[in-house]
Amino acid sequence: MKLIFQQMPIVIGALNSGFVQTLKLFSVTLLGAFPLGLLIAFGSLSKIKAISLATQFVIWIVRGTPLMIQLLIVYYFPGLVLHNPIWGGGESGRFLAASIAFIINYSCYFSEIYRGGIQSVPVGQTEAGLVLGMTKRQIFFHVTLLQMIKRIVPPISNEIITLVKDTALARIIALQEIIWAGQAFMKGSHGISGAIWPLFFTAFYYLIFNGIVTVLLTRLERKMDYFR
Amino acid sequence: MAILEVKNIRKTFGNVEVLKGIDFSLEKGQVLSIIGSSGSGKTTLLRCLNFLETPDTGVIKVNNDVLFDSSDPSTRLESQIRQKRLHFGLVFQSFNLFPQYTALENVMLAPRLAAKEKRAYEAQKDKIKAEAVELFHQIGLSDRMNNYPHQLSGGQQQRVAIARALILKPDILCFDEPTSALDPELTGEVLKVIKQLSDKNNTMIIVTHEMAFARDVASHVIFMDGGGICEQGEPRELFNNPKEERTRQFLTRYNS
Ligand SMILES: Nc1ncnc2c1ncn2[C@@H]1O[C@H](COP(=O)(O)OP(=O)(O)OP(=O)(O)O)[C@@H](O)[C@H]1O
Ligand SMILES: [Mg+2]
Repeated sequence: MKLIFQQMPIVIGALNSGFVQTLKLFSVTLLGAFPLGLLIAFGSLSKIKAISLATQFVIWIVRGTPLMIQLLIVYYFPGLVLHNPIWGGGESGRFLAASIAFIINYSCYFSEIYRGGIQSVPVGQTEAGLVLGMTKRQIFFHVTLLQMIKRIVPPISNEIITLVKDTALARIIALQEIIWAGQAFMKGSHGISGAIWPLFFTAFYYLIFNGIVTVLLTRLERKMDYFR
Repeated sequence: MAILEVKNIRKTFGNVEVLKGIDFSLEKGQVLSIIGSSGSGKTTLLRCLNFLETPDTGVIKVNNDVLFDSSDPSTRLESQIRQKRLHFGLVFQSFNLFPQYTALENVMLAPRLAAKEKRAYEAQKDKIKAEAVELFHQIGLSDRMNNYPHQLSGGQQQRVAIARALILKPDILCFDEPTSALDPELTGEVLKVIKQLSDKNNTMIIVTHEMAFARDVASHVIFMDGGGICEQGEPRELFNNPKEERTRQFLTRYNS
């Protein structure tokens, strides 16, 4: 026990910098996947058959395969198969590759949620706007958008909470996120080796972070309770 | 001179001809009731007038202005349809109020957006508000202006929907079965508001299954059957002395 207290400051320091990487991946994924998901949703709703079929095919592939495999393919395919290692070897290359895999994966999940949200707003709302002489743009921003958001916040919240935990998968390409940092103390890191407790300890980081995310999202949901 | 002239409106969905050449005209201040069995094309006709559907053939004229002529492609321009729609108002069977806005905001939204587009919002906002408040007085809901739609009864929601259409001062206000989605005890309050509008010489087209109301409020009645106009005339004439066998059958079903 005394040993753990001695190791604590060193471990916390290392876990913190791992957690910064986790947070970065989390934020970049959301920033990329929110807009890209909307684009994909419009694609799958397109009246042009070729576009909607192609989009739905991509969504099927991405949602039908494990994110871990997608990470491996994005990271290794250019170098090992095309002999063009575009990512470089360093941590920044790994981060870029991980971000791209996560953004593609999550935007496909988001797009299906958006699509459901768009389709769940009754056509009567749009028609009422048209009959009142509003433009399509005015109808989108002043009538349908908020109703869509209200309907997508709960399912998107679930995805966001899953994303917090999914970031751990980036360890497979050796991105130095928090699990990677915790695990390093088993093999040896910062003069400590054979310690497994730092790995277990990372769970607290996830718990606290998810707690904060949940509170924020619940607040957002409540904000829209005033209408049905 | 007729305020509205409709000639030879035809509309086909897939291979089903839903409107088989509709002709009628309406004088300013008149109230036209359209009756007919389910599927006879009443809603489709109102949707064509409001440019929610494009007729395959036909002409629509308001105040002698050609709003739509199937043989003249320039009348189909998407950019002008918006302006043309404003000649008509439409009150839906299912109200279609915007749930995220209060009753008052629902009524003010369209004129506010129009004013903003013309960069005249600051100049017009007080006038818009005053008009909206006056309309709430007319529909008897002054005390519910700040309620959200889900806090209002169906009859109250439909009255707000009527005010929302009225604030744009359409030449012709259309109603598609305005009381069909309401509990029987709530239809009266909505019909009363529509009756008041007809007393003030608003030009209206009312699709309804309320035969007693149609007889009472209408200056002219059209009976539609299978996508065409089967019979039309003065309400007393049409209800008491229908000329067509189909009309007679339809009316006996409603009077029994
Ligand atoms: N968008 C559409 N696509 C295909 N068919 C349609 C469409 N809209 C209406 N129809 C068909 O057109 C016919 C007339 O429909 P419409 O809604 O105009 O009838 P209605 O007289 O209003 O009936 P109700 O009294 O039930 O409201 C129906 O057979 C309907 O199925
Ligand atoms: Mg109908």
